[in-house]
Amino acid sequence: MEKTTTISPTFDVNTIRESFPVLEREVNNKLLVYLDNAATSQKPQVVIDALDYYYSNYNANIHRGIHTLAEEATAAYEATRNAVKDFIHAASPEEIIFTRGTTEGINLVAYTWGRKNINAGDEIIISTMEHHSNIVPWQILCEEKKAVLKVIPISDEGELLMDEYKKLLSLKTKLVSIVHVSNALGTINPVKEVIDLAHQNGAYVLVDGAQSTVHLDIDVQDMDCDFFAFSGHKVYGPTGAGVLYGKKKILEEMPVFMGGGEMIKEVSFEKTTYANLPYKYEAGTPNIADTIALKVALDFITETGKQLIRNHENNLLKYATEQMQSIPGLRIIGNAKNKVSVISFIIKNIHPQDVGVLLDNQGIAVRTGHHCTQPLMNRFQIPGTVRASFAMYNTKEEVDRLISGIQKSIKMLS
Amino acid sequence: MSEYKTIKEREEEITDEFSLFDSWEEKYEYIIDLGKRLEPLEEKYKVEENIIKGCQSTVWLTSHYKNGKVFYKADSDAIIVKGLISMLIKVLSGHKPDEILNAKLDFIRDIGMMTHLAQTRSNGLLSMVKQIKHYALAYKSADAA
Repeated sequence: MEKTTTISPTFDVNTIRESFPVLEREVNNKLLVYLDNAATSQKPQVVIDALDYYYSNYNANIHRGIHTLAEEATAAYEATRNAVKDFIHAASPEEIIFTRGTTEGINLVAYTWGRKNINAGDEIIISTMEHHSNIVPWQILCEEKKAVLKVIPISDEGELLMDEYKKLLSLKTKLVSIVHVSNALGTINPVKEVIDLAHQNGAYVLVDGAQSTVHLDIDVQDMDCDFFAFSGHKVYGPTGAGVLYGKKKILEEMPVFMGGGEMIKEVSFEKTTYANLPYKYEAGTPNIADTIALKVALDFITETGKQLIRNHENNLLKYATEQMQSIPGLRIIGNAKNKVSVISFIIKNIHPQDVGVLLDNQGIAVRTGHHCTQPLMNRFQIPGTVRASFAMYNTKEEVDRLISGIQKSIKMLS
Repeated sequence: MSEYKTIKEREEEITDEFSLFDSWEEKYEYIIDLGKRLEPLEEKYKVEENIIKGCQSTVWLTSHYKNGKVFYKADSDAIIVKGLISMLIKVLSGHKPDEILNAKLDFIRDIGMMTHLAQTRSNGLLSMVKQIKHYALAYKSADAA
């Protein structure tokens, strides 16, 4: 019998950092502190290598060729579909549609399911903390169909007011489209409860998983969402490779999105029949290289250990929150009980942009502005925030540099 | 009334000033100080139509034309941007439209603030320069008409 040894996984941030070449970079003569992970995460060497290897060894168009390269590329592309299926616990790979990212996934649902099923007087519910990507597609649809967009309000801490949500729900509600984790506040929303309540009213639910997929364990079957969208580039994968999950039955009934190659069964000038799932929604040559490399990113997360990553990030969040609370005049925006490692803040009498510029001069990359959530900023009556968001490779020492960087910026700006 | 200096001469003044600074901190403290000392824009000018688009902070820019010369006033809610505008106004305000339109503004590169001019930066120095030149062009066209 083969001898196996079980090594209990441990988390060593220094070893992890060695996998991310960009972290060795200097910015403005200081070692980079990258805290803009909610915008996009950095890529481990294995992901970069996968892109290089694909183009150097088996670049080919997929699904059509009978030659070796085409078969290898197709196999790798479909392997990512299976990996995604496992990563989010979908029932079958047919439920995984490749997109450019979360925005395209949401738009795909709005343009296909939405156009078929939303009629005058129907209602779509979103929340105050949505990214513009989960506002604008529904506004366009509602305007076209004379449907009504309703918004769940939030508390001062940045949590959904569930009682208000219950009041908005009715038989007119056809869809609830809700963010799983707020990009600007870090709030983890109780999506399971949101979905359950929506289903009781016969409405479908789309979950915007752009920020949650990298931090939380995603189980779309347990969640029971009807759609789930996320972006590869926020889970240590390449840009331009994203995913839309949909329940098979719903996807089968939805009309097609874009017409073209790949998505057809047979074409004649009289009548075209469409391919089966998931190809029905994947017209044209897809983003083969980036999609193949996405699997490597997901494997990297799984091998590192999602729970271990989460523990590490939560420790950073806790430490950074405590440190920031000790800075006079600093106010954290978003104090939900359940948060991922994102801290948005403002400083009394100082514009967020000024802080961002001075932090950049100290080699610290943060995001400033409205974070594509203008209605949310209006809710808090602020022009924007400074946002620091932490990933698996960030360290306590980097939090210290952020804190002293903020203190220095305040001193210079006062 | 300060003595008349060409755009080039005013750029050189700023470049000379910056050559004394050794660190980024000194540069930015100087810019922040300029921002603080910029004459506040009257509230009546802080209207939607004077807001420069493409800036993460709010920037208001207004101008008037007198004796063939363009004069600018501006304000912002972000202090570093305000300091940058202050320098642009110091260099360009009070000149003829043609002089403003032809200004190369090399001083921005010379003082190491080129990153603020990059199109990708949302602080909008590029948008400010465009809008300043846009006003100059408008006055020039009105004169020619």
